[in-house]
Amino acid sequence: MNKTYIIFKREYLTRVTKKSFLIMTLLMPILMGALMFLPGYLMTRENDKAETIAVLDRSTLFLGQLEDSKSTKFQFIPEADYNKIKDNLKNTEYYALLEIPQNILTLNKVMVFSTKQINLDVKNHIDWQLEKKMEDQKRADLISRIGIPDLEQQIQSTKAKISVETIKVGDDGVGKKGSTEIAMGVGYAAGFIIYFFVFFYGSMVMRGVLEEKQNRIVEVIISSVKPVQLMMGKILGLAAVGLTQFLIWIILVSGIFMGAKSMFGSGDAMQQMAKAQSENVMMGNNQAAAQMMQTMEPNQFDKIVEQIEGINFPLIIICFIVFFILGYLLYSSMMAAVASAVDSEEDMQQFMLPITIPLVVAIILLMSVVKNPEGSLALWGSMIPFTSPIIMMVRIPFGVPWYEIIISMVVLALSTYGMIWIAAKIYRTGILMYGKKPTWGELGKWIKYKN
Amino acid sequence: MEFFKAENVNKNFSGFQALTDVTISIDQGQVFGLLGPNGAGKTTLIRIINQITAPDSGLVYLEGRPLKADDIYNIGYLPEERGLYKKMKVGEQALYLAQLKGLDRRTALKRLKYWFEKFEIQSWWDKKLQDLSKGMQQKVQFVCTILHEPKLLIFDEPFTGFDPINTNLLKQEILNLREKGATIIFSTHNMSSVEEICDHIALLDKSKKILDGNIHDVKAKFKTNTFDLVYRGDFGKISSSLDRRFEVVTHVEKPHFNELTIRNGNGINNNDLLQILVSQAEIVSFSERIPSMNEVFIQVVEENKQ
Repeated sequence: MNKTYIIFKREYLTRVTKKSFLIMTLLMPILMGALMFLPGYLMTRENDKAETIAVLDRSTLFLGQLEDSKSTKFQFIPEADYNKIKDNLKNTEYYALLEIPQNILTLNKVMVFSTKQINLDVKNHIDWQLEKKMEDQKRADLISRIGIPDLEQQIQSTKAKISVETIKVGDDGVGKKGSTEIAMGVGYAAGFIIYFFVFFYGSMVMRGVLEEKQNRIVEVIISSVKPVQLMMGKILGLAAVGLTQFLIWIILVSGIFMGAKSMFGSGDAMQQMAKAQSENVMMGNNQAAAQMMQTMEPNQFDKIVEQIEGINFPLIIICFIVFFILGYLLYSSMMAAVASAVDSEEDMQQFMLPITIPLVVAIILLMSVVKNPEGSLALWGSMIPFTSPIIMMVRIPFGVPWYEIIISMVVLALSTYGMIWIAAKIYRTGILMYGKKPTWGELGKWIKYKN
Repeated sequence: MEFFKAENVNKNFSGFQALTDVTISIDQGQVFGLLGPNGAGKTTLIRIINQITAPDSGLVYLEGRPLKADDIYNIGYLPEERGLYKKMKVGEQALYLAQLKGLDRRTALKRLKYWFEKFEIQSWWDKKLQDLSKGMQQKVQFVCTILHEPKLLIFDEPFTGFDPINTNLLKQEILNLREKGATIIFSTHNMSSVEEICDHIALLDKSKKILDGNIHDVKAKFKTNTFDLVYRGDFGKISSSLDRRFEVVTHVEKPHFNELTIRNGNGINNNDLLQILVSQAEIVSFSERIPSMNEVFIQVVEENKQ
């Protein structure tokens, strides 16, 4: 049996059979999902905690007109009760006291008394209600003054709402409905997952190498196998662990997607969710967005499904696997070489920084590439081997000419091959060196050693 | 029959000369002591035999032909700096190392069962290594080293971390392995164990071999012709009979007998000397001082300093 395979098998099995691997693999998508949907869900539930606001309306413009919300109820009080409540707010059932002055239309100012700072939700609701009523009032006044009876309808008809439907035309001329937002999301996610995987599994390689060196098992093993076999067995074994995790995620996510599609296909549940989300946005004082979301059509969900299905997932998954493997090999071989040269985690830090800088640069580039995937920054970022695994993955959901993908892969593969060759040389010498921390110069010298 | 040979081996690590023209030859079934002070080049030589590193020049032969990659299956190596995976179970770990040495799983399991029973450590099989004491870990490591029944075994300080009982157990196993035909290279700083188990030694110092030979020949070579004598009788009579051929080193008079140490200056043989002595006094005991390996080691290395 091939030695590299025996090492590969041990590295793979000891990690995949660990409980922590299973938990982490299953928990991650659930956590991600929770992060996305939990706020919306909580908003739909949080209706029992309405605060009552006492309102003294001296202008009498708003009497009985203010609409309650889930978080805020209005109760109008007569002038006579005003001082009693104001002086004794703490002992009343009211959360706050809203005082609307007589000349509100010119003053544009109201006062809210409360014992503690009122929450944003309540403040936004008061604000929104008052503005809305005032606008209605002013508009009605204007219309009656000008004397055009159907002005209201005419103004309404000037409102415009455009939905830009993007259709990507393939080489075969068949159009596919696409969505810039979804391509951005997928690109961003793919780039970030590659970054996370390379970093996470690369440092696992690093710790594994260091562990073997600190354990002193390494000399026992390399009297049975070649150092490069030990190094590659470990690196490939961990790559397989990463791919296993990725595949489980793919299965889980597509399972959830299918489930959601059949469950929410009618759009009812999705609408509810959208409504909750819109209130969520409203809370952030972003009414335009909130109103836009409230106007979401019932078939919006089906549209999203269609757009998601318009993304070329097989291509993305294949590219992801290729770029993950190559990028991971590139970085993890560097990390293995560096880990072999030092004795302790502390010494490791000095060497880690220069290795991780390109990765961090790629993540910084990611932000601007996702906005402009056709720019020269994106092009070069996706060709230079140290950033290409991340940057190319960001670009692919937007559509990249196939030859660019091929060139990027070939450049990356060649660089990776060269890096493994160099790393193996350093590793072979470093793994048996104990004591003083080597310099970069010494690492360079080790590359030139014959054996 | 010559089993292993290293011929004019040189090794240099960017300016540091680790081995200079070292030649050693080991017969089949020998226990060969590879001795030398720290930094003499022993570990480098052992690593060359294990093909962990290659010599700059010189040749290494196993069973009469140059060493080849497959020979790692014929070699078992217990390094001085050794260890196992702390979080891996003992049995799994031993199986893994056996498979790396080319054993298939079934054979490895069968042999492990035998050795674990022999060492009475079956109950450790499912324990994690970190739950064992240092000595226990060493025992597991020893089993892992010999499991593939190599023809050549290399032990670098095998007894460190063992109590006297386990040290004896291990010595016995090493000698058993020799009985079964294995050739053994044994590297240690513990000279009394060298005398107990080695047939032949080579001493390296400052990258060069400075002493080589059968252990008895080496010791004989370093004897100083010094004799310890216990007798009853008159010192004057003895000293006059020995006249100038001998140098009296020490003389102690005690109530019932006297103790005398003399050094033979011009090679008179032991029996003639004894005859002279017998005629002069009643001899209680007579013995020639044979240097211990410890003394030989110190003397040779000290001399090499100059």
